[in-house]
Amino acid sequence: MKNIMKKVVVTILFLLSPIMATADLKVFACEPEWAALAEEIGGKSVKANSATNALQDPHYIQARPSLISKVRRADLVICSGAQLEIGWLPMLLNKGSNPGVMPGNPGNFVASDYVKRLDVPSTVDRSQGDVHPLGNPHIQTNPRNILLIAEALATRMAELDAKNADIYHDGFEDFDQRWRAAISAWEERASSLRGKRVITHHKSWVYLEDWLGMEEVANLEPISGIPPTAGHLSSLLKRFGDDGADIIIHAPFQSEKASKWLSDRTGIPEIMLPLTVGGSDKASTLYSWFDDILDRLLGALQL
Amino acid sequence: MRIISIGMLWACLISNPITSLAQADSSAEIEQIRAELAAMRTDYEARIEALEKRLNTAEQEAVVAKQTVESVASRQAELAVQPAPAAAQGAGRSSNAFNPALGVIFQGQVWAYDNDPDDYMIPGFPLGGEAGPLPEGLALGETEINISANVDDKFTAWLTAPIAIEDGEAGIEIEEAWIETMMLPAGLTLRMGRHFANIGYLNEKHAHTWDFADQPLPYQAFLGGQYLDDGVGLRWLAPTDLYLEFSGEINRGANYPAGGAGRSGFGSYALHARTGGDIGFSHSWMAGLSYLQADADERASGSEDDPLYFTGESDLMMAEFVWKWAPNGNNRQRNFKFVAEYLWRNEDGFYNLPDGRILPYNTDQQGWYLQAVVQPFPRWRLGLRWDQLSSNEPGEVFNGTPLMPLADDPRRYSIMADWSNSEFSRLRLQYTYDQAGLEDDKQFGLQYIFSIGAHGAHAF
Repeated sequence: MKNIMKKVVVTILFLLSPIMATADLKVFACEPEWAALAEEIGGKSVKANSATNALQDPHYIQARPSLISKVRRADLVICSGAQLEIGWLPMLLNKGSNPGVMPGNPGNFVASDYVKRLDVPSTVDRSQGDVHPLGNPHIQTNPRNILLIAEALATRMAELDAKNADIYHDGFEDFDQRWRAAISAWEERASSLRGKRVITHHKSWVYLEDWLGMEEVANLEPISGIPPTAGHLSSLLKRFGDDGADIIIHAPFQSEKASKWLSDRTGIPEIMLPLTVGGSDKASTLYSWFDDILDRLLGALQL
Repeated sequence: MRIISIGMLWACLISNPITSLAQADSSAEIEQIRAELAAMRTDYEARIEALEKRLNTAEQEAVVAKQTVESVASRQAELAVQPAPAAAQGAGRSSNAFNPALGVIFQGQVWAYDNDPDDYMIPGFPLGGEAGPLPEGLALGETEINISANVDDKFTAWLTAPIAIEDGEAGIEIEEAWIETMMLPAGLTLRMGRHFANIGYLNEKHAHTWDFADQPLPYQAFLGGQYLDDGVGLRWLAPTDLYLEFSGEINRGANYPAGGAGRSGFGSYALHARTGGDIGFSHSWMAGLSYLQADADERASGSEDDPLYFTGESDLMMAEFVWKWAPNGNNRQRNFKFVAEYLWRNEDGFYNLPDGRILPYNTDQQGWYLQAVVQPFPRWRLGLRWDQLSSNEPGEVFNGTPLMPLADDPRRYSIMADWSNSEFSRLRLQYTYDQAGLEDDKQFGLQYIFSIGAHGAHAF
């Protein structure tokens, strides 16, 4: 009899579990790192979706019908901002018919508002390429930035979903502790990277370089947003043919042809670095993503 | 606080000269004192102004500082990552800060035809609105000024004002001028003003986003290129995983395929249902059905010198399908886009012919197009398009009139290649083999599209 009762209770709990596990806060993240961060903080009380994956260039996304539907039902939209998503996000917000996530409302969280943006141009002109007047938007490659954003995000999540405020608060405290420990470990491991000279495909890595004390000496793009040209590559070959740089970096969604071409002729090692969570097999969480970035950098430089 | 301190300053200023004035015995001295007084006054005024400025700045900075969460600030100090002052990174503090987003689109072209485009006509489909071949030879296309901004927290506004050249005179027109809501609940959005009707796939697309230099035949024949009108529309986005959008609108009915703002200025209405989604990361699609009912009151079409006038009802059904592919959804390197639309029209009413006859007309017509555009590598795209029309015979009485279709269906085949240095520039070459007009025609076009200033995000 007791056994049957136990079974019934277990069955009822099992049946109820999907209902109890229903996410309270629906998060639409423009990029995978923000979806991962929201889940780190909110755990089971958030359901986060990313509009882009790590193999897509977040500058060039189509305002697809599926994304419009997701914006419609989101409680919180988290994006890098600084005009990274200017080619598609305004259209999604306009078509999404969801007042709560329109700019200026609590449901619209712009990550780059909470960090010091680098490369803020003093003048903007399109002859400089696809420049961002508000500074470089690829803020996620410095883990210290992620911590700043995490705290502001936790506050925002608690504001939007007050009944779970404690979860977000505790979630952040926990993340804060673990992430700080991770940062210390990463910084110790990466000390030998200080001063290394880097050529990058696009200006996607300035925050990483700033964090690790590396020096960006050139880009494969002749100007920001314009694909590498033969003329520009041969000028780079001339400049860096004789030990002018230590490593060439490209992101998963950028063609590796230009990197390989220059690497083959100069002997400078060339690597792909994941620009966000999911950018490589190993980079499945925020933690393993930075682990993998360091593994790849240290491996390529044989440090 | 500020008033008191300014008052005290003035009191000091005034009391000192008064005592010295009593002892003065020459007018020269008085003059000197006056001069000193004036100098002091200017000096203090300048200082007060400077103080006021500093106070203002301090107040603004305090507001900015408040916006940043305090604990975040302390953590930033601890982490040695400080955000640049928000104001410095944002817009300026001048009144220009509220200027709307402003963009200009430049378009120009050169077209070569075998036949004279001025004589162009499609038998059975007298063209109205803006339909018809682009001008022969070198010509400036539409130069378009786009202005947009949020009005306040609840409304947003959009203006498209093309500078068009007609008969050698440049004039500014209003192509689009609408207000849209941002605050309606339950997925509703209301739009009011002059707008491209929400029907089909291409009707709402601005010319600079087209994949070919001109609109396909069914749009030319049934919508005068693009149906634009004054009206009000409501759309509803369903709260479902699958994208489902429904919209309805009522328009004035002033432009082709409507005409004459019939039914007391409520001359046309339109309905639209759309759905779409993704298949994996690489594929996405959209499909829709729309319906346009337009009242035509002495609507002109055909030759400009001897137009035909139609009075009656025009019913148009449209089915659209769009499929886009990009490896892993990464559009930047390679992508493919396929669009197909089918349009069916019935017009029921009377035609007033140039020879004075008035004939009853009730005819079904169809049109469709298929187009595919591929970007094999960044910056370059190639496209193919097949567009065709088909018409029932309106009756023998129409023999010898522009309303009698030929035995062969009007059709065209087009091929295009374009190159874009950035998202803001595009050069396009297009070749069209036209079997729609009276005689077959080979048409070559070269087109440029450039955009400066703010550039809005594009729809799917």
